This record gives sequence, structure tokens and C-alpha cells, in this order.
Amino acid sequence: MTVERTPPGAVVELGDLGMAEGAHLLIARALAAAPHVLVRGNAPTLAIDLPAWCRAHGHAIEPAGGGFAIARSPHDRWRDAERAGDASPAGVVEVAPARWGLAARGALVEAGAPTLDLALADRRAIWADEAARLYAQAAAAQWDPQTAIAWDAAGELPAAVEAAVVQVMTYLIENETAALLVPVRFLGRLHPHFREVMQLLAIQAADEARHIEVFTRRARRRGDALGVSTAGGQASLASLFDEPEFAIASFLLSVLGEGSFLLLLQFLRDHAPDLVTRDVARLAAQDEARHVAFGLAHLARHTREEPGLRDRLAASIERRHAALAHTSGLNAEVFDALILLAAGSWDPAALRAGHAAVTTLVRAMHEARAQHLVRLGFAPARADALSALHTRNFM
Amino acid sequence: MSGALVLGAVAYDAKVVPIWDGFRAYFAARDLAFDYVLYTNYERQVDAQLRGEVDVAWNSPLAWIDVAARRRDAQAIAMRDTDRDLTSVVLVRDSGPIRALGDLRGKRVGVGAADSPQATLIPLVELAEAGIDVQPVRHDVLLGKHGDHIGGERDAVKALLAGDVDAACVIDGNHVAFAREGLFAPNALRAIHHTGRYDHCNMTVLGELSPQLARFRELLLAMSYDDPAVRPLLDLEGLKAWLPGRTTGYALLARAVERFGHPGRR
Repeated sequence: MTVERTPPGAVVELGDLGMAEGAHLLIARALAAAPHVLVRGNAPTLAIDLPAWCRAHGHAIEPAGGGFAIARSPHDRWRDAERAGDASPAGVVEVAPARWGLAARGALVEAGAPTLDLALADRRAIWADEAARLYAQAAAAQWDPQTAIAWDAAGELPAAVEAAVVQVMTYLIENETAALLVPVRFLGRLHPHFREVMQLLAIQAADEARHIEVFTRRARRRGDALGVSTAGGQASLASLFDEPEFAIASFLLSVLGEGSFLLLLQFLRDHAPDLVTRDVARLAAQDEARHVAFGLAHLARHTREEPGLRDRLAASIERRHAALAHTSGLNAEVFDALILLAAGSWDPAALRAGHAAVTTLVRAMHEARAQHLVRLGFAPARADALSALHTRNFM
Repeated sequence: MSGALVLGAVAYDAKVVPIWDGFRAYFAARDLAFDYVLYTNYERQVDAQLRGEVDVAWNSPLAWIDVAARRRDAQAIAMRDTDRDLTSVVLVRDSGPIRALGDLRGKRVGVGAADSPQATLIPLVELAEAGIDVQPVRHDVLLGKHGDHIGGERDAVKALLAGDVDAACVIDGNHVAFAREGLFAPNALRAIHHTGRYDHCNMTVLGELSPQLARFRELLLAMSYDDPAVRPLLDLEGLKAWLPGRTTGYALLARAVERFGHPGRR
């Protein structure tokens, strides 16, 4: 390679800065701007280090003009590099290519980077414009389980009421475990191009982790024995793990399940017999409202773009209903525990009020699910019928 | 793989396997049946080539001198761009008393492995030719691999920094590399000698090029750093482009072998 005459201006004066002290940055910057550069400097080993650096980088070099004339390497690592969309939410592409791998959205990706074959790469299936806003809300609303709840609040419940609270907490922990693990399975297959959705699913998982923590802590407040876990309840939750499609899993879990769950938490917030239970339910409900909002947002968008999705959603409810037909639905222990918890005592009048409150809750859950279904484009009668098929386990 | 062109290479590092597996895939994709055999040292590889067991040998400069002395029809058909015009340096402590090459007379000079062209044979022959007798202190990391492993040079510099030797010999690129990895502070060491230029490895064949070898050489020279499928291989092997072989860059090393003998053939 012959080093051509250096055009005027492309001169790098290094002074006494050595190649082991950062001089290569100045030279690389100059070579990025001009194909021919004259480098001058008086670092003691420049004449050793500069030719070696040029050789390693494919640049031609020869002594000239009281320094070294360098001709930029003809080899370019970035020749076929490609922008991975645009960093802004508006830069999300329809289908994120596997070749973008883990690159930040908007980064310049070197050709030949290893492909990362992540199945959830289709914008339509996962995206919601609200994801960034919901993530920001979630990040701002993270609460510290240690300080957000008055753990040392005074007051001891009658043993049976305490046992009812423990049973409800046991049920909540089981359900929140499903609400953590089901979305995380999709998160692990989500193309990171959809950064906002990835962040939101991650913080939702963190929400559920906190919920599991505070429900467990409340359950163990007066003793270590937890309540029961029924085969029917587990069958209902296990069916969520069988859904391979994000839209359907999200529909069953977030919109129908967590939508019902949200009302249950609000019920506990309003009816629990002690401050700690009311606090944990109140804080968890705040988070669950965001989870439902995201599920509704991306499914509303998805059903608008793919109307045929509605039939698959409806079929998923019917399929799950048939699969769970042999189970008993919400276990009597949980149902009765809710009544006693709301009653706060064995007093018959209190029990009547508790029972009425739980009945109202179940009706409100049904109406909320039907409203969500209407938001997703189902006709009211169809929404009502489908909601009635939802698992009696609530989630 | 009968009928495949067989290349010999020395396993100086575990990365040698992915490198030549990658080359094999590159050649296979271009309908050249290619396989390779790894040797633990260059002497064994040279002997194998002389017995006709490999068609082409990826040779160190010392292995080239070795085989070229035995076979007049040995030819270097290709080399890396980074194999051309290397230099070595003799380093001393900047704070020490040694300011010029002559001050090294009778002193302890840290060198690399006994068979390292860049860190031992070439610096020592230039010292000898300048009439300066020194006590070489060898740092034999992986003898038989002709200094391909960087460890010997690093050990020589460590010995210099520890005061165990009065000077250390390294290849030019390692001067900056060792400084960057924090082995010594910039300007803590002074270069008192910069050797003449020399060439490093080459692809050696014996006799006329068969059509298969000609195709091998053609495909090698066609490897482009701009090709993302090929680039990782070139990065691993440390080059931007393959160049035609040349044998004009081995005179310094030939003088060293003439003066000291081949360390692996004594």
C-alpha cells in the first residue's frame, strides 16, 4: 500500500501523548474524517508504537513531513451495519429481525452479529403505545414492603377470623405466583427491540414478587401455618401455563384474571378486619390496576388490527371452561374465608353482611369482565356470556 | 475427508481449533475439501510436511527458515498483512542507569522463549552483531511454539520491572499492549533499541502448486474483512487481509539461526 499525499488540514499533533495514553483516539478520529492523515508527536516510543498500531488496524503508514503519513485501512467493519430501528417509541418496527439480537433499539448493529431467535418479535402481538407511560408509572410507584405497611399495628383478631385472613393470603400467594411466572415465560422470548414492553413485563414481575412477599408476611403474622391449596385452584392456574400465544395468555391472565383479582384486592382493602391486611391489599391493587391496563391496551390494539383474534380469545375462554369443568372452581375454604373475613366475627348479622358483600363482589367481577370484553370489541350479550364462563377460581 | 487438502498448524492456544474449523467451513462452502492437523510444536510440523503428510503448513518464521534450509523448492504462498514489517524493541527501566545499547554489555537481558524469533533470536542477533555480549535470561513459555504464546514476553517485562533483569525484548505491538493492560505505567520503560523490520508467519508449500493448492491460495486471498461471515475468523487469526507470500523479510532471523543455531534442532 502506498500512502498518498496528505491533504492540508488532516494533521494530528499529538505532542508528547503516547499510544498507550490515548493518542490512538485522536488518530482514529482524524482517520474517520479523512482517508489520509499526517501524525506528528514526540512521545519517546511513538516510532515503535504507531506503526504497530497501524499494522494491527490495517492502516498503511510511512515516515513523512516530520511525522508519519497514514492512509486509512480499506477494510471497514461497519460497511453493512444496520440501524436497529429508532430509539423513540415511534421507531418500533413491525417485525424485529433476529439479527438485531440484543442491540439497543436505534443502535448501529454490525453485520454478522449472532442472531437471537426470539419468538415474540411481531409488534402486533405485543405492542401497546401505553407501555412506556405504564412503565414510568410503575417505576415511580414502587413501594418498599418494609416501610409502606404498618407491620407493627396493634390489634389481634379472633382466632377464626385470623385463620380466614391466612387462608385468603395463602390463596393470593398462589395466584400471584402464577401472575409472576406466566408473563415471565413470555418475557424470556420477547425481542428486546420492544424495550418498553420488556421493561413493563419486568417491573410487573417485580410487583408480583413484592405482593408474594407482603402476603406471605401477613399470613405469618401470628403463626407459621398457612392455609390450604386446592387441586381445583391449581388446575385453574396451571391452565394459564398451557397457552402458547402471548395474546391469549395475557387475555386470560391480565384482563380476565387480574381484572377479577383487582376487585378482590379492593374488596380486601375495604372489608379486611385489620390494618395490615387492608394495607397489603390496597398497595397490591394499585399495581394490579396497571397490569390490567397494559393487558387491555395491547389487546385492544391487537384486536383492532386483527379482528379475527376475538374469535380465538372467545374460544380460549370456552376451551378453558371445558378443561376446568370437572373442577370445583373457587374452593369453599376461600369463599367461606372471605365471608368470615368480611364479617369479622361469628355474629349472625355480621355473617349475613359478609355473605352479601362477597356475593356483591362476585357480581362486580362478572360485570367488570364483561366491560373489559366490550372494550375488546365483543357485543354486550356475547361479553356477558363469555364472562360467565370465566374460571370460578377468579384467576 | 480423503482427497482433502491438509493444512498443518501448531496448537499454541485453544482458539486454534475454532479458527481452523471456521476456515474449513469457509473452504467447504466454496467446494474445496479441506482438513487440518494440529501439532504441538513447529519442528514436528516441519518434519510432517517433509514426509508429505501435510500439503500446506502454517509456519512460524523460524519454521520457514527450518524447512527452507532443507528443501530448496519450499515456497511461501500467502501471509497475513500483519505478518509484514514487524519490529522488536529492547526496553529498560526509565529510572535505571542504562541509557544506550552499549550499556547492556555483560548485563542480564530478559528474552522470550528460546525459539521466539521476535523476543529472543532477532534482538539477540542484533546485539551480537553490534558487538555487545549480554547474558540472555530466557522466559520459556511453551517451547516449540516459537514465541506464538505471548506469555514469555510478558514474563520478560515483569522480570525487568522486578529488577531481575536489566532489559527486556518484546515485539513492537506488545509494548503498547502491555502498557494498556497496566503491566507498566506509560514511560516507565524506555526503548533503547528498535530492531530492523522482519516478516512473521507464512503458508508454506513444497514444490509446484497443485490445482488444489492454487485454489486454496486463491480462496485465502479472496477472504474479505468486509464479509461479516469471514470477519470473525480474520479477527481471531489477527489480520485484515491475506497477502501473497514473500520471503524477503526473513534475513534477520536467518542470520540469528546461522549464529546461534536453531534452538529446536540442536
